Amino acid sequence: MSVYSRIASVIGAAAALAAATAASAQTPKKGGILNFAVVAEPPTIDCHAVSTFAFAHPGRAHYSTLLKFSGNWDALKIVGDLAKSWEMAPDGLTYTFKLRENVKFHDGSPMTSEDVKASYDRIVNPPEGVVSLRRALHSDIGSIETPDPLTVVFKMKKANASMLTHFASPWNCIYRAAKLKEDPKFPEKTVLGTGAFEFVEYKKGEVWVAKRFDQYFIPDRPYLDGYKAFFVKSNAVASGIIGGQFDAEFRGRTPKERDQIVDAMKGNAVVVEGPWITNLLFTFNTQKKPFDDVRVRQALTLAVDRWGQGPNLAKISMLKFVSGMFRPGFEYGLSEAELVKIPGFGKDIEKSRARARELLKEAGVPNLKVKFVNRNVAEPYTPGGIFLIDQWKRIGVEAEHAQLETKLFFDAMKEGNFDVLMEFISDFADDPSAQFDKFLTPAKSSQSASRHNDVLLDQLFDQQAGAVDPAARKKLVNQFETHGLTQAYSAPLLWWQRIIVHHKKIKGWELHPSHFTAHDYVNVWLDE
Amino acid sequence: MIGYILRRLLLVIPTLVGVAVAVFFLIRVMPGDVVVVKLRADGAAVTQDAIDAERKRLGLDKPMVVQFADYMWGLTRLDLGKSLWTGESVGKEIAQRFPVSLQVSIMATIIAVFIAVPLGTLSAVYRDTWVDNLIRVLAVSGLAIPGFWLGMIIILGLLAFFNWLPKIGYVSIFEDPVTNLAALIWPALSVGYRYAAVVTRMMRSALLEVMREDYIRTARAKGVYQKLVVRRHAVRNALLPVVTVIGLEFAFLIGGLVVTEQVFNLNGIGKLFVDAAARGDFTLIQGLVILIATIFVLVNLVVDVLYAFLDPRIRLN
Repeated sequence: MSVYSRIASVIGAAAALAAATAASAQTPKKGGILNFAVVAEPPTIDCHAVSTFAFAHPGRAHYSTLLKFSGNWDALKIVGDLAKSWEMAPDGLTYTFKLRENVKFHDGSPMTSEDVKASYDRIVNPPEGVVSLRRALHSDIGSIETPDPLTVVFKMKKANASMLTHFASPWNCIYRAAKLKEDPKFPEKTVLGTGAFEFVEYKKGEVWVAKRFDQYFIPDRPYLDGYKAFFVKSNAVASGIIGGQFDAEFRGRTPKERDQIVDAMKGNAVVVEGPWITNLLFTFNTQKKPFDDVRVRQALTLAVDRWGQGPNLAKISMLKFVSGMFRPGFEYGLSEAELVKIPGFGKDIEKSRARARELLKEAGVPNLKVKFVNRNVAEPYTPGGIFLIDQWKRIGVEAEHAQLETKLFFDAMKEGNFDVLMEFISDFADDPSAQFDKFLTPAKSSQSASRHNDVLLDQLFDQQAGAVDPAARKKLVNQFETHGLTQAYSAPLLWWQRIIVHHKKIKGWELHPSHFTAHDYVNVWLDE
Repeated sequence: MIGYILRRLLLVIPTLVGVAVAVFFLIRVMPGDVVVVKLRADGAAVTQDAIDAERKRLGLDKPMVVQFADYMWGLTRLDLGKSLWTGESVGKEIAQRFPVSLQVSIMATIIAVFIAVPLGTLSAVYRDTWVDNLIRVLAVSGLAIPGFWLGMIIILGLLAFFNWLPKIGYVSIFEDPVTNLAALIWPALSVGYRYAAVVTRMMRSALLEVMREDYIRTARAKGVYQKLVVRRHAVRNALLPVVTVIGLEFAFLIGGLVVTEQVFNLNGIGKLFVDAAARGDFTLIQGLVILIATIFVLVNLVVDVLYAFLDPRIRLN
């Protein structure tokens, strides 16, 4: 792409964005079918058993949750979905939800507190043969009471500071209690929710079709007549949008694809960008020498010029933002002033690398060779891996880069067959308990690839998880982050940028910092 | 003839049993855990308990011998099991994708035959002339250019010149022939070109061989027109190896459209195969291998039967 066409595309995108902003003040139009691409396929259609955007994008709009996330990434907040209002007891041991009236399932039956209770019971105590992926995250729920059809009360065994986030989880779909009673596995086979869109058909590997639910609980919504989600390979998205096969893809595109689409669509494309609750982090196998030595781990993170190269990588890959254990800007994360004091996050790269060389020398491994295992996924694992190797070379560390298919990657992780492993964090919300999971000991987390036994992190984790007072929690979270990053069992490389390019006719879609949320399409409309 | 066909069909059974046994054990040598990929690939904080529960639900916790017995018992009832990824019946997963691959393969075969037989014949008849040279260049290009690359060029061409791409999603030809053909003609052309190149080369060499036979010389000596000699005597005899190649290529295409299906976003058997392999979906891979083995065996049988029609001297017994 030439400089001129790049400038033109940026101007075009800016114009389109300005037009989009202006359009937000327009009166939404009813009708039309939203066509979008989904670059993976869900293994199941049961919300409680799935963890992939491949379900959230086509499937979430059939369901409602108690709470949900609303607003753009820079003004995101939790709002009621089925809940009209809610209240947390000061001790964090009781949550009371008042539900909306006149909510109906797609079969016409009314939604009551019994349906909420049955759905959460299924998540917390799944019957035999039912998969509940997030059972452990909800294990603090002791009992669920339904004093009346529009009130549901969650009694906690102990306080859990992340509970409101869990109540807004896109995976906690509310199913119909009567159907669950007949067959606890019915959500694996049938889509029946209270969401804005009714299920029409799902042709595996091809298309998912939905139509407007006319009895949706918000009057005059949704605006769309329906939507079609086309399952395609990632490399077919740009040509598909340009060729009019679909109008958007809501996971995220690379900068190159963004430019390609903007260039080809001549003012008909809108680009929205923001940070993503997804990162790459490199994890050291602390069971192997010399990675049991904090000096070696620190040296390898000190070598990385995050601040200097993040902006450059952002031009060619999804990697962009420098941050610690949280998405940049998240209120619980360390401030930039605090972060730059931690090894590997300072801004003076020459000083950092000099210190890295000293540490390697002190540890007795000045010519270190590393077996570096990465995922065989082009974007952004390949550029991230190459970048990291390049940074290590600058302090004299050589790396053998093994890019493995996903299943082999997980095998290597499980067997500990690596020195350094390129991992990732990807969650539906900014939440310390979720984002800390990979930094814990194996006794505390089955996702602990570094296999360290630093129980201080486990203790801090438990303390922050139960701290319902935000100020107290932030203090504990900051302690965890400072200690974890200093010990460098796992070191965040860079956080991703989320780039969505869609046809300018799509209005009302919000860019969340997660690709798992913002898929109820209630407020989306087409300007055509 | 009918007795021969029945005997050949009976021979299919031990062949497929051998394939089934081999694929069952070979595939389990492959590293990777479908459950971990399924539950954790998107970064979800899934506990080991949840993984173990899913393994149990899918029957992967059972001893290998028990899994094998279940699988073989299923095969006796034509039950290929359930996909470890989707939980759907493997038969259903395949049945949904099969028509796409079958139609593209048939269309590619038609394109190849209609291009290759006349071109191969012309090339042989006008040997070492500019006609022959031109056709040979086209044929060698077809062999050298990968189908997927040609597919990408076709897509880019459609985008650049018409700003258009065919609709995504398979619509049956009986339901909406125009939409169906608009979507499938491009992949059929991209693989059909290579297919045609193979068949053209085979047609040319077979025809050159036949043209040297005594009976061709005799026919010419009797004053039969060249066109008649070629059409009635030479081409028919030259078609025997050509039919073999067409049959093998067709069978190969059914499961071999892997990259082409990805390039054109077709939901066919090839794409399903790649996805199943990437995920480690054993049961689906087993079903697909058995399907492709069955197609190869049946296509070979059809080719053998065609021999008898093309050359009455051949008696099947």
